[in-house]
Amino acid sequence: MIYWTALQAIVWREALRFIHQRERFVAALVRPLIWLLVFAAGFRAALGLSIIPPYQTYITYQTYIVPGLCGMILLFNGMQSSLSLIIDRELGSMKLLLTCPLPRWWLLLSKLIGATMISVLQVYAFLAVAAGFGIKLPAFGYVAIAPALMITGLMLGALGLFLSSFIKQLENFSGVMNFVIFPMFFLSSALYPLWKMAESSVLLHNICAANPFTHGVELIRFAAYLKWNFPALGWTVFSTAIFTALALWGYNSARSSKS
Amino acid sequence: MILRSALFLSLLSSAAWSDEIWVTNEKDDTVSVIDVDTLEVIQTYPTGERPRGITFSHDFSRLYICASDSNSVQVMDPNTGEILHDLPSGEDPEQFVLHPDDVHLYIANEDDAITTVVDVETRRVVAQIDVGVEPEGMAVSPDGKIAITTSETTNMAHWIDTETQELFANTLVDSRPRHAEFTRDGKQMWVSSEIGGTVTVFDVETQTEIGKMEFEIAGIHPDRVQPVGFEFSEGDETVFVALGPANHIAAVNAETFEVEDYILVGRRVWHMAFNGDKSQLFTTNGVSGDVTVIDVASREAIKTIKVGRFPWGAAYRPTN
Repeated sequence: MIYWTALQAIVWREALRFIHQRERFVAALVRPLIWLLVFAAGFRAALGLSIIPPYQTYITYQTYIVPGLCGMILLFNGMQSSLSLIIDRELGSMKLLLTCPLPRWWLLLSKLIGATMISVLQVYAFLAVAAGFGIKLPAFGYVAIAPALMITGLMLGALGLFLSSFIKQLENFSGVMNFVIFPMFFLSSALYPLWKMAESSVLLHNICAANPFTHGVELIRFAAYLKWNFPALGWTVFSTAIFTALALWGYNSARSSKS
Repeated sequence: MILRSALFLSLLSSAAWSDEIWVTNEKDDTVSVIDVDTLEVIQTYPTGERPRGITFSHDFSRLYICASDSNSVQVMDPNTGEILHDLPSGEDPEQFVLHPDDVHLYIANEDDAITTVVDVETRRVVAQIDVGVEPEGMAVSPDGKIAITTSETTNMAHWIDTETQELFANTLVDSRPRHAEFTRDGKQMWVSSEIGGTVTVFDVETQTEIGKMEFEIAGIHPDRVQPVGFEFSEGDETVFVALGPANHIAAVNAETFEVEDYILVGRRVWHMAFNGDKSQLFTTNGVSGDVTVIDVASREAIKTIKVGRFPWGAAYRPTN
């Protein structure tokens, strides 16, 4: 029962933090919308897309990048939640949280779930705006992507959590931007299909194929079109488990090194 | 017992046969047969060289194919895929239309600037009518009294009296007219102009222009918007126009002549055919070598099916 109460409290805290930071919500929405309505519109004719699963026919570039932009929201939010942990640590509220008489893994997991739920809500807000501009998913796709968004969100949140355990100061966060967010996003199938990447460089294609973010995006893409992608699911769940374990290890070692 | 079961299964499977869309593959010298239910190619038959125009006899027992580079119209048995015989079509037949009498085939001979009228029963040429340079589009009015040939280089629609087999009017249209169709009530005749980028509507009684539509797709250069084939929906409310290298089908309101939607299909869309109840539209995409299936109600492309190289014409065949 106390576990459930703690989970509720942490999720509620994340929700309150989100509600009070409206500019964060707007920023999270504007970023993918600029990609969708400006970048994708500009590249609409330049990037010819052949028919690749899960698509059954020709699609516009804007339709292609929607799952990637859902992943982008999850990626930025996952990293942002790690930023908030660093702020918590600097303000001392982290110490308060971690001294709670519950296992650390549960507290961190609750934090992860709370942050991911907020991210998923933002994805749906983005999809609603995109639909307003005529860029829609199949009707049932909106329901089917929920678990895929949750799993991918947990994976990226766990990665952020792991990174935050090693970043001691807020100033160091820019490194995450340069060395984690940008490479993860651009070296993935979010903006271009992997076969397109293979045309220019096999090495880049292989890096993209190994990127967990690629698998998260593909999981969302297939779910949106009501198709299973078991390799993507397997890789995303596996990466989530690894990143979560690393995050727990990072926070345990951080605590033991402090004590 | 085994025999009876086999017979039952065979009857069951034949009853379950679904309707088909037949597609000519210009570069493969074949026709592909698409199952309308499974949306898969179920058969491919060889034809003469460069098959383009395709149409069925009214009872669907014979398939006519314009084998342009073989200079013949071939007659195929659609049940076996066997070429039964050739018709004397004249040089380089590209498009044709079957008269409502189910006997006279009006064939555009692109290289000879003539329209050839062939009796499909006697297999004889009934008439040859001089038209403009590079005739292509062919249409016949629902009452069978008027046939239309459009000439690509002369930029005209030529009006043929089917009783006398003589021209009675010529009307100018925009550059390179490729396709013509009458409305079901026979009051309007529509012509697409590939280079002009327009579709022009004529009043049949006076042969005067009553409307014209242009097309504009965001992000696509106007030069690539080249209307070619088009078809009327059930009830003639909407006209679906293939826009060639623009890779889109335009849905046009047939009353207001306004473009309501653009639907993305494969590369260089040429022509199209509806299924039986006109709920699905099958477009032939020449360069990408496939056929896109459009759900007419939602106006969305639902699937693209790989066929042969450079699919061109399409025709529907019910099998039940």
